[in-house]
Amino acid sequence: MLGKIFFLLCLSSAWAEDLCSKAVPPEAYYVRLSIKTALGDKAYVWNDNEMFLFQATLAFAMRSQFSGQEYNVSNIVVCDETPRVSFWFVVTSLEDPSRLVSRGDVEQAVRKSRNRINSAFLLTDQTLEFIGITPTLAAPVAPNTPPWLIVFGVVMGAVFAGILVLLVLPLIQKKRKKNQPMEDEDSDEETQVKTAENGPERSGVYNMSFSDDDKFTQM
Amino acid sequence: MKLKLPNPGLEDRILSHQQLDKVEEEEAGDRPKWDNKAQYMLTCVGFCVGLGNVWRFPYLCQSHGGGAFMIPFLILLVLEGIPLLHLEFAIGQRLRRGSLGVWATIHPYLTGIGVASMCVSLTISLYYNTIIAWILWYLFNSFQETLPWSQCPMNANLTGIISECERSSPVDYFWYRETLNTTPSIEEDGGLQWWMLLCHVCAWSFLYICIIRGIETTGKAVYVTSTLPYVVLTVFLIRGLTLKGSFNGVKFLFTPDLSELAKPTTWLDAGAQVFYSFSLAFGGLISFSSYNSVHNNCEQDAVIISIINGFTSVYAATVIYTIIGFRATERFDNCLSGNIVALLNAFELAESDITDSSYDQVVQRLNETYPDVIQGLDLKTCNLDTFLSEGVEGTGLAFIVFTEAITKMPISPLWAVLFFIMLFCLGLSSMFGNIEGIIVPLQDLKVFPKTWPKEATTAVTCLICCAVGLIFLQGSGNYWLSLFDTYGGSIPLLVVAFCEMVSVVYIYGIDRFNDDIKFMIGHKPNFFWQATWRVISPLIMLFILVFYIITKVSEKLLYKAWDPESEKFPTLVEKTYPVWIYVIIFVLAGIPCIAIPFIAVWKCVKDCCWYG
Repeated sequence: MLGKIFFLLCLSSAWAEDLCSKAVPPEAYYVRLSIKTALGDKAYVWNDNEMFLFQATLAFAMRSQFSGQEYNVSNIVVCDETPRVSFWFVVTSLEDPSRLVSRGDVEQAVRKSRNRINSAFLLTDQTLEFIGITPTLAAPVAPNTPPWLIVFGVVMGAVFAGILVLLVLPLIQKKRKKNQPMEDEDSDEETQVKTAENGPERSGVYNMSFSDDDKFTQM
Repeated sequence: MKLKLPNPGLEDRILSHQQLDKVEEEEAGDRPKWDNKAQYMLTCVGFCVGLGNVWRFPYLCQSHGGGAFMIPFLILLVLEGIPLLHLEFAIGQRLRRGSLGVWATIHPYLTGIGVASMCVSLTISLYYNTIIAWILWYLFNSFQETLPWSQCPMNANLTGIISECERSSPVDYFWYRETLNTTPSIEEDGGLQWWMLLCHVCAWSFLYICIIRGIETTGKAVYVTSTLPYVVLTVFLIRGLTLKGSFNGVKFLFTPDLSELAKPTTWLDAGAQVFYSFSLAFGGLISFSSYNSVHNNCEQDAVIISIINGFTSVYAATVIYTIIGFRATERFDNCLSGNIVALLNAFELAESDITDSSYDQVVQRLNETYPDVIQGLDLKTCNLDTFLSEGVEGTGLAFIVFTEAITKMPISPLWAVLFFIMLFCLGLSSMFGNIEGIIVPLQDLKVFPKTWPKEATTAVTCLICCAVGLIFLQGSGNYWLSLFDTYGGSIPLLVVAFCEMVSVVYIYGIDRFNDDIKFMIGHKPNFFWQATWRVISPLIMLFILVFYIITKVSEKLLYKAWDPESEKFPTLVEKTYPVWIYVIIFVLAGIPCIAIPFIAVWKCVKDCCWYG
């Protein structure tokens, strides 16, 4: 039993190496990671362990897309790894290791679990690129009333209230003054007699036509 | 030998010094008064300091040799700005009338100068408040977490972003499409934009509430509108200096290029900027000054306000360029990293192989070994100076460049709100002076019945201006606005200012003027004032006027249009104006200028007929 499994594993790895030496098959997807761009100082080093994680995540994606089919790390074949951290991969079919899963199926699986794949590597759609699989655009959040209308409403309300106050206030004050003198008239009469004796009145309006400008009368 | 034109009857039309003193003592005049000196100073500062200080001066400074531009600017400030300002303050304070009243008092034939001032104030008020409406629109839209001009909206079937936005940029799209909804040419009017109409009404209502009772309400409003811009500028300066790349901007702004001083256009632009920056010849300053007490020290006021205006220009330029430096550095970094990523992807190199500093060497090395691949990549040239000198002025600076820079700063909505409140205050305080320059002449011309209260006259003026201003809310509104700005607000002002100087010095009489100033402030104006009022300033005004007319007449009448169908999109396309625009230009620029001699001749003829 153990011997059989060992034999299958050797066969699949040999098959994988065989796949890599041939030309890029049409079912392959090209992947590019930009770890340093995304994480800067906190960037991790890309090594075989990270590659294993990638294979595992992709196997997870395939499993969640096609429920019941138990894809394994060995089904994800990775080739042509570069210092850029880019490579291409194919997914071998469960029943027959020599057959590859179609591009469409792989794309569906990746799209479904894109978020999980990204977060496994702390990357985004732009820094973990699957060439050929465009990132899904976020649906825009459109509020029912545009926010600017609300601010506009508040400001206009305040301005109109202010205008009303400024226009109406003097009218109210005039009315109050009209009512007040009616009550004060009696008490004023006594004081008026006193002030008439105290010197020239200064409460009149200065009438310019009677100024002491005597240029017409000089001889 | 002093030239003085004969002016009989002048004594009858003005109050003598003793009468002025008496009126002052008894507080008997029915003229409104400032509550305190601070209100008067703040109103004048607010009128002078406007949007031009923020978005015209920095551009001129940077495009005319940076620090070297200060030299013509300061020289012309002293020789042209301060004397004209002192003249307007003194004549207003002495004759105690608005601009139309002052010129009619000096000589009835000069009423045309007042009428021209009023026409220019009217033209400028119409479009200036539309700019305030645009500012309000951006301000209202700043109260969102993601600013609407930071990303492109999606198209109708949600498959991608709108193509017009994709080809240009989110800020361009928001300005040209979502704000203006601009048409490709001035002939197509595109209809009224309802959102702009709301902001327009809001702007005029705001203005109305501030000027509802003349300087009684304006004087209170200026405590906020004149001081807030300085606070915001300081906040932006502190914020700007902590951003990466801000010093690049400031260095670029002030690096002197003394060869620019030899070009006459530098001096012309400096002179024009000083003149327009001081809001002279509008009539508003004369009005404001006439509400002062007779013995107010107008000489000191003129000098202080000029210094504040000059200082504000330089301060605002520094702040603007810290932010522009930040934006340019950000663009440069993006350009460089874009190129680096392209190289890494093409040559499958590890990410740490190419850094910003080793970029040039690596490109050179790769170009020698794989020139075809490099060609195929089509790398963009990234030059920081090019990004810095994408010098923009006017609405482009405020609504495109600056808004883009704001989206890149953390807590963008806060900075957007602060910036647009500052622009709003700057614009509104200038509008106070413009409206004063319209309402007071209308009262002097007795257009409104005397029984109407002040609130009613200001309401009618605001309503009519609001209605006429609807032109600028159409799709082609932006083109109309720049037309009004270029022709309505330039040449007539220069003509009026020149006529003002000549009238005061040679028709009112420089001797009488000197005596008046001695009466008002206690000492006769010194040699500097005599020289500038009599010879230097009028000559400078004449030079600027002549050169301005020559340049304007000789250049082709073009305007820049936003045309998504053009090949050069998103660059603006230059189009020629249609023929009927020439009529409009004549109305805007010609009629105020012609009004001056026309009214003089008409009054002369009327007098002759009366006596004949």
